[in-house]
Amino acid sequence: MAGIDKVKILVLGDSGVGKTSLVHLVCHNEPTTNPSWTIGCSVDVKLHEYKAGTASEKTFFVELWDIGGCTGHQNSRQIFYNPVNGIILVHDLTNRKSQQNLRTWLAEVLRKDNKTANNGYDYDPEEFAGNQIPLLVIGTKADQAETIRDKSKSRTSSMAEEFGADQFDLDCQNVKYLSPGSTNAVKLARFFDKVIERRYYSREGQGHYSPPLDRRRFKNSHVD
Amino acid sequence: MSFIVDSCIMFFLQAFFFAGGWLFFLKILYKNYEVHHTGVLLVFSTTFSLSCTMFVLIIFEIIGFMDPSSRYFHWKLQLFVILFLLIVILPAYIGFFVISNIRLVPPKRHVQVLLTFVSWCIFLYFFWKMGDPFPILSPKHGIFSIEQCIGRVGIIGVTLMAILSGFGAVNYPYTSMFCFIRHVTDAEILGIEKRLMQTMDMIMNKKRRIALANRENQRSASQNLGGGLWGMLKTVTSGGSSENISQLKQETGAMEELSRQLFLEAVDLHTTQERMEFSKTFKGKYFNFLGYFFSGYCVWKIFISTVNIIFDRVGKTDPVTRGIEIAVKYLGIQFDVKFWSQQISFILIGIIIVTSIRGLLITLTRFFYAIASSKSSNIIVLCLAQIMGMYFVSSVLLMRMNMPLEYRRIITEVLGELQFSFYHRWFDVIFLVSALSSIGFLYIAHKQADTESIG
Repeated sequence: MAGIDKVKILVLGDSGVGKTSLVHLVCHNEPTTNPSWTIGCSVDVKLHEYKAGTASEKTFFVELWDIGGCTGHQNSRQIFYNPVNGIILVHDLTNRKSQQNLRTWLAEVLRKDNKTANNGYDYDPEEFAGNQIPLLVIGTKADQAETIRDKSKSRTSSMAEEFGADQFDLDCQNVKYLSPGSTNAVKLARFFDKVIERRYYSREGQGHYSPPLDRRRFKNSHVD
Repeated sequence: MSFIVDSCIMFFLQAFFFAGGWLFFLKILYKNYEVHHTGVLLVFSTTFSLSCTMFVLIIFEIIGFMDPSSRYFHWKLQLFVILFLLIVILPAYIGFFVISNIRLVPPKRHVQVLLTFVSWCIFLYFFWKMGDPFPILSPKHGIFSIEQCIGRVGIIGVTLMAILSGFGAVNYPYTSMFCFIRHVTDAEILGIEKRLMQTMDMIMNKKRRIALANRENQRSASQNLGGGLWGMLKTVTSGGSSENISQLKQETGAMEELSRQLFLEAVDLHTTQERMEFSKTFKGKYFNFLGYFFSGYCVWKIFISTVNIIFDRVGKTDPVTRGIEIAVKYLGIQFDVKFWSQQISFILIGIIIVTSIRGLLITLTRFFYAIASSKSSNIIVLCLAQIMGMYFVSSVLLMRMNMPLEYRRIITEVLGELQFSFYHRWFDVIFLVSALSSIGFLYIAHKQADTESIG
């Protein structure tokens, strides 16, 4: 295990959208059976080949931190947000509100220094324009969404465009959506590469996006 | 002519409350969900508006607004419609959603409808059977009369009311008064968070080892594809990783359980700290004062319920008349009894109605947020609508005791010859049981939290 670097990616979204199923699908290539509500944070790890197929191919650990979405636990979640190298925002295609709430989630993470509670109304796109953390938007329950609404008028692109992020949809119970070589798998691999690049090979040379003013007194013993 | 005017007024009021229920559903209950079935929304709003207009009719009784005969007609109409909703439509709708969610049922529409009808008949049977041990059946009425239905709905509603009031009367002082808030220091919170992050690190470590071991196993397995017997021996002895994956997975499972416990403790500590900070604000102090007031009310209510049960006493006069009697006899204040009793009962009944509606809606909202998910939100909302309807119908029933004699008449006329004293006794019993068990539970929870925070 010595010598393999790691990156930390948060998986965020409302309660019940399917984050735990998604993480399991990505890391183990098989669907889960009936996961229960995530309390706190459940982590999983995937070995990812950075720049696969080229001469400079290198293995990295991609840590996926699946944060439970219960609104009652909001006051204790910040402990998991520091540090972060990438964010995956998950929403449920059968529930449009879960997509609108992604803004609140992003604001919660990016404002982790600020202890005042915000309720989404303070979302200011300008504020997040300077955001350097790579984002990915994933829509789940694609199979159920087809039966409920006409897919042709999907409005998923608006949220991803707003964040400047890539996005795709899938069904976490079906492995074919992430089969190697499919568009989704390519997008996911590209996202992981982007996260690794920004963490370890960024142009600034310091190689680590740290929050501008870390006012928390708690000295994080977790060494990066 | 006046009947048409009165009907217009009632219709306008119903539309107003219907809009209120609609907004409540969309903006508050379904804040995080999308509405797929408008029927659920319609049924919820209709139940809400019918319940509210029933309360408005009581107020109209007291202040003498509208023609008495049209009031009576509207009473009967409202009651009939709401009973139809509560006994026929809501249970059938709930049954339909439950059945369509079960995976064993084929998705054909007529099969689902048939099963819904069967389940509704079962519900009706149990609904009827439930009334047998209680003194509802009065020999004057037939089998399928409104009184029978109201009697049964009343029992369920009164039980619900008593449980909620009992718990609420005990819980409200507990949550709002300062003396119950445990003291939490920043150091405690930091300690828990540090332990939590250390546990997460250890979990991550183990998962990394598992991932590496899996990759090693995959690589060596693919290298030994054509080996046969020698190949299998080679994998066992030299190839593959030296990690015991199943043991690692077991350890990881245990650590994940620990991390969940630590996280829940951290949430608890943060919440307590927030309460501490809230108690320093002006609003906090105001609620603290109210808490003392309500704890006094709670103790008095428990005492009175016990007295009522032991001495088999049912209050004959309402608090308004009794208060006026006391004022006239002992305090010597002379005033126009009839006029003031009307005003005071109007205010008192109005306050009771508003607080019970508000209290129920808040409780339902909290309950909904706690247990709803995107799959079950429809069923839960319909169950809440059913509870709300039964609760409000029983409130009307019990409110009779709080009103002076001349206003009780209409409720007695409309609801028929129910044994009202039985319902009050039933309320007292269940209230007592609920309040005492809430005190017991809160005491145990408080003690447990205290011992855990030390350890």
